[in-house]
Amino acid sequence: PQNEYIELHRKRYGYRLDYHERRRKKEGREAHERSRKAKKMIGLKAKLYHKQRHAEKIQMKKTIKMHEKRNTKKKNDEKTPKGAVPAYLLDREGQSRAKVLSNMIKQKRKEKAGKWEVPVPKVRAQGETEVLKVIRTGKRKKKAWKRMVTKVCFVGDGFTRKPPKYERFIRPMGLRFKKAHVTHPELKATFCLPILGVKKNPSSPLYTTLGVITKGTVIEVNVSELGLVTQGGKVIWGKYAQVTNNPENDGCINAVLLV
Amino acid sequence: NMSLDEDVQRLLIQFRDEAGESLGSPFDVPVTITPDKLQLVCNALLQKDEPVPLAFFVHDAEIVASLEKTLAGQSVETEKVLDIIYQPQAVFRVRAVTRCTSSLEGHTEAVISVAFSPTGKYLASGSGDTTVRFWDLSTETPQFTAKGHRHWVLSIAWSPDGKKLASGCKNSQIFLWDPATGNQIGRVLAGHSKWITCLCWEPLHINPECRYLASASKDGSIRIWDTLMGRCDKILTSHTQSVTCVKWGGDGLLYSSSQDRTIKVWRSQDGVLCRTLQGHAHWVNTMALSTDYVLRTGAFEPAEATINPQDVSGSLAELKDKAQQRYDQVRGQEPERLVSGSDDFTLFLWRPAEDKKPLERMTGHQALINQVLFSPDTRIIASASFDKSIKLWDGRTGKYLTSLRGHVSAVYQIAWSADSRLLVSGSSDSTLKVWDAKMKKLAIDLPGHADEVYATDWSPDGQRVASGGKDKCLR
Repeated sequence: PQNEYIELHRKRYGYRLDYHERRRKKEGREAHERSRKAKKMIGLKAKLYHKQRHAEKIQMKKTIKMHEKRNTKKKNDEKTPKGAVPAYLLDREGQSRAKVLSNMIKQKRKEKAGKWEVPVPKVRAQGETEVLKVIRTGKRKKKAWKRMVTKVCFVGDGFTRKPPKYERFIRPMGLRFKKAHVTHPELKATFCLPILGVKKNPSSPLYTTLGVITKGTVIEVNVSELGLVTQGGKVIWGKYAQVTNNPENDGCINAVLLV
Repeated sequence: NMSLDEDVQRLLIQFRDEAGESLGSPFDVPVTITPDKLQLVCNALLQKDEPVPLAFFVHDAEIVASLEKTLAGQSVETEKVLDIIYQPQAVFRVRAVTRCTSSLEGHTEAVISVAFSPTGKYLASGSGDTTVRFWDLSTETPQFTAKGHRHWVLSIAWSPDGKKLASGCKNSQIFLWDPATGNQIGRVLAGHSKWITCLCWEPLHINPECRYLASASKDGSIRIWDTLMGRCDKILTSHTQSVTCVKWGGDGLLYSSSQDRTIKVWRSQDGVLCRTLQGHAHWVNTMALSTDYVLRTGAFEPAEATINPQDVSGSLAELKDKAQQRYDQVRGQEPERLVSGSDDFTLFLWRPAEDKKPLERMTGHQALINQVLFSPDTRIIASASFDKSIKLWDGRTGKYLTSLRGHVSAVYQIAWSADSRLLVSGSSDSTLKVWDAKMKKLAIDLPGHADEVYATDWSPDGQRVASGGKDKCLR
């Protein structure tokens, strides 16, 4: 990894002796600096800034109110939750889980057969000219064997580049992503989950091995945050999700969890 | 005709009852004898006032058409005496429920427990909308709504005299209700820390006042409550995980099954742990005692049921005697048997009063077992499982009899009719099916529920079946 040099330096040499004190004082000054700037700003810049600040203040007020509410004791909500189940079904996670498991088994079978039942079934296949850009190298810029990936990709934790002289596919750091915004289709909630790997890119197996993420790619995400458990009691920590947007246009990866 | 008889082979037979005692002396019958004639002979030997219907078994095979046909597959030695075992069947017959007489609406959330009172006079149902409703059976309309719980009413249990109903909820509270007025009796019984999974009253023949109640909870403890004083009498802690079922046996023993894979046997007198029955590989979901039905109905005799169910009358001593008689009759000479069903897809048959080791391990199911029930005459065990089938096993030895298939999804609860001939099962595929236990076949299909059927019960007088489920209505 090439982007952790600051942390690396800190680990090796530690902090300046007055670092913490200076940081504390700088943070203390922030409120004053902010108000000074806000007073002095003029023009379009000021308008934009004030608008943004107004929105921020509204949010702050909301959180303060919530904290205040927390401190006061309120009577517990009388409403009993819906979805009553008899005693013998209480500790069980219900039939939907059984369906989940059977679906998982079916998924595995389909996977073996090469078929997938996914939310985004058909995607426009992306040709090489679109995904890979030709990089000319050599003294006369005549050699054209290098390619640079123009789409978002995922490289994995222990990734180290090959020596630049021998590198055929360049994956720019700016287009490497580690997290995806994954939506659970039934709960309708979105979580930012770390990506574990690219399972299949529908356009080409080459992109799958490179880790290129385009619309319709199936990725594996780390769902230990969600706390899902199988019927046997084991914690599920990886699940598949399918990408639903064009990440190279949006700057983020949005995906839908495949249950 | 004598001439015809002479041509036919004759055999020596000896009648024996189920316990092995012989009736009369051996005598000679033609091989073509039918069950009717055998019945005449046997009744004559029994010398009872009224002829009792009997079933005859030779080498564990029932004699249906004639003795010859039953012995067709078996090699018979004409010199030896053949043992024919006779079993008295219930004198009364319960007619199969054929149709839904009414659908009782009123609950605003799923109905999760349904129970008929021991005489069949009242019907109570507990639901997710925190109320317990009493229904008038003659007009099939709601009678009382008992409010008081603050969370789902998970389990309800009638006292064996039918005068009280105990209900336990998910907030670990137990309420007692009077079915005649719908009001709460006494105080709220609170003490458990997690929800109540099961309630069981003390049998009538031990205490005709119906004073003590046992409750099992997810917190792993069993509490015995004194309903007269409204307080907890004993706390039995030993289970390490949720207690799924508690049964009060007729011999002064209390049985409890738990998710920690064990069944514990306690002395109900002082709450001391007698035995721990181990053997299951996963949660023990359910238990059934061979004397369950008799303990539930107390002094009420289903054979004496009238069209309009009445409360059992008589002084406490009379009730106690009657209940004791009925209990002794069903129990016979042997100790109570206990069958337990578990998540590991097997059932175990135990004799908990005697032995720590199971009598028999009954395998065959392909998914977890949700409920097991002895038939009221204790001859058959029925087990309902999530693999969509119900299996019947012999009540004494635990041998597999047959599988009843027909449901398309998990079978949740089952109930026997009072004469042990019919079995009704409710399933998550929203249908109920009535099975004939003799023919081992489906008798009637009862569709009509809109969603999963969570609870099923057959009234002890055999007239009605009630079922409630996720669609919030009771049928």
